[in-house]
Amino acid sequence: MSQIRATLVLLAVFTLLTGIAYPLAITGIAEAVFPAKAKGSLVEVNGTVVGSRLIGQSFTSDRYFHGRPSATSGTDPNDPSKTVEQPYNAAASTGSNLAPTSKSLAEAVAARAQALGPGRQPADLVTASGSGLDPHISPAGAYAQVERVATARKLAPAAVRTLVDSRVEGREFGILGEPRVNVLELNLALDKLPPGGAGS
Amino acid sequence: MQADLLQAALYAVVLVALAVPLGLYMARVYTGDVTFLAPVEKTLLGAAGGGGEQSWCTYAVSLLLFNAAGFALLLAILMFQNVLPLNPQGFDGLSWHLAFNTAVSFVTNTNWQSYGGETTMSNLSQMVGLTTQNFLSAATGMALAAAVARGFAGRQVRTVGNFWTDMTRSVLYILLPLSLVLAVVFAALGMPQTLAGSVDATTLEGAKQTIAIGPVASQLAIKQLGTNGGGFFNVNSAHPFENPLAITNYLSMLAILVIPVAFCFTYGRMIGDRRQGLALFAAMGVLLVAGFAALYAAEHAGNPLHAAFVEPVTGNMEGKEQRFGLIGSVLWAATTTAASNGSVNAMHDSLTPLAGMVAMLNMQLGEIVYGGVGVGLTGMLLFVIITVFLAGLMVGRTPEYLGKKIEAKEVKLAALTLLIMPIGVLVLGGLAIAVGTAQSSVQDAGPHGLSELIYAYTSATGNNGSAFAGFNANTPWHNTFLGLAMLLGRFGYMLPILAIAGSLGTKMPAPPTAGTFPTHGTVFVVLLVATILIVGALTFLPALALGPIAEQVSMLAGTTF
Repeated sequence: MSQIRATLVLLAVFTLLTGIAYPLAITGIAEAVFPAKAKGSLVEVNGTVVGSRLIGQSFTSDRYFHGRPSATSGTDPNDPSKTVEQPYNAAASTGSNLAPTSKSLAEAVAARAQALGPGRQPADLVTASGSGLDPHISPAGAYAQVERVATARKLAPAAVRTLVDSRVEGREFGILGEPRVNVLELNLALDKLPPGGAGS
Repeated sequence: MQADLLQAALYAVVLVALAVPLGLYMARVYTGDVTFLAPVEKTLLGAAGGGGEQSWCTYAVSLLLFNAAGFALLLAILMFQNVLPLNPQGFDGLSWHLAFNTAVSFVTNTNWQSYGGETTMSNLSQMVGLTTQNFLSAATGMALAAAVARGFAGRQVRTVGNFWTDMTRSVLYILLPLSLVLAVVFAALGMPQTLAGSVDATTLEGAKQTIAIGPVASQLAIKQLGTNGGGFFNVNSAHPFENPLAITNYLSMLAILVIPVAFCFTYGRMIGDRRQGLALFAAMGVLLVAGFAALYAAEHAGNPLHAAFVEPVTGNMEGKEQRFGLIGSVLWAATTTAASNGSVNAMHDSLTPLAGMVAMLNMQLGEIVYGGVGVGLTGMLLFVIITVFLAGLMVGRTPEYLGKKIEAKEVKLAALTLLIMPIGVLVLGGLAIAVGTAQSSVQDAGPHGLSELIYAYTSATGNNGSAFAGFNANTPWHNTFLGLAMLLGRFGYMLPILAIAGSLGTKMPAPPTAGTFPTHGTVFVVLLVATILIVGALTFLPALALGPIAEQVSMLAGTTF
């Protein structure tokens, strides 16, 4: 009997303490001290939320740098009973989960590489990220797209390359992680470049 | 390569530097010498009235009762989340089999997820349901380790401590303070923490992007520290909100292993012979480093099937995130499968075959390469019993551990636990194949399909929780049988080791003589590692030959499926 009482009392107390008080306390602290981060590091342009700096988004236009392939899917807007490919669906993260010996993976990698040009391409541009929401590409992956973006925007390639240079983030503290470029931030900076002139 | 190994070395050094003082502190917690929250502790335990010192049997009853009640509460929250508050996205209640699977999963510290968090769980379920069990399942494992250490150290005593006290102290003095600090650090580094459900954005190309969000930082801290591993989002710590930076990746990896490593030192202190704890630390360390090296080599070599199209410098990047790179993903894969944590920052399903095999083997060895909080240590002690028994056979002496005779009863109980992994993986996995539910759930054809199935049942039985996530586990069959595998893999180890501890506690240690086989030092560590590898290899090599090894051979031969 005393065991049952102890069970009920401690389960109730710890549910209140760890399941309610703890997350609410952290929420209170985070919203007071790091309000922008607590809400998801959102990026606003002219008062409109254009995304989160932590979450990649789908870019298909030649005028923008593209992020990594994304394996996320979503509901078909024309037929809610179907699921269709929907890259960078930030409401349902997923990787491809395809096997190393998967035929469809090998074909996808080949097709993505060939779309970028002849020969070998940077790995990040031809493989799907784990989350489907990877906000970054490698510096090599960014430089590989400079020509295309410059042509589409009628900019001097040197100007675009300089912009990429300024956006490369090195390893954190000089040692952790990999060098990278945040695609959304790079494209926002790209939109701010004066048309034509900068690289002349 | 050099930068990679530097990151790995830095990880090992900082991990041990943190674990040693934490382990000694934890020993003081369990001996009652840490008292800064004594008034809270006294009030709580007074109201609970759980009595004094318990025999191993009573301790086990308390533990099981507490876990059963936690299971019932969580099951109810999950099934009825649709009528409960804090459900901003209006999610339905879970089906009975998914609720059963998830409740078992979080109560057993497995955190296997047959569901995608951001598309299934209300904020109430995530916080009150899952986060609570993240604390309590971890505290249960830690309490067990404290009780077992007391039993092993005991001199003719019939008790192993009090479950309610151990569990309460684990939360108040260890898990909660560490989680508070880590959650605030995580929030400062960019993890969201809000009660909102999602945010709508208009992308630069004018499309609508709905971004799922929620109280992430608080859940992440305890998910790692408690070797739970259940993600807020479907892709777990690969999600940029769960792991926005290389530094959060690094801190998460430290949090995954710090308490399991610390327990080696806690144990040494509690039994009054730190060399014994060091021996366990060394044996686990050898296995961890070996697993990491094999994983790294396989992933760094990349996928030959893609070699014509991919720059070779980065290795296999399918399913990995750019900000962590290969090393941040591989080191994580090695630690999370070794530690029975099961959170992932890369999709294990897309690991090259031998890397995937190492991840499986880490779990199949019984989750004792530091293992889950508390239970990693106790699992290792079962192998210690087997090892001293084998050593005793070789020299023809009655085996002893810590000066106590290891007799038929203890050896039988320890040997019994060797059957748990094979039953969970080979019997239940084989059953799924026999009835055809395996074939309908696997995503990939060829040997990799078998690997997906083996991984699922291994992860469940090992209470790990990571997955080859192409496998569709959310079916009545797999939810039920994976749930049973988790229960078997949790309590099937807990009860025997508690019984052994109870039995050893009643014995009087004899002083060592010239004929005593020392259970510290290099010879013992080598024997222990060999025993673990032989048992693991003998049991699983045939299955692994049909899965990852066959796939590796196919891959090298240029075959796709």
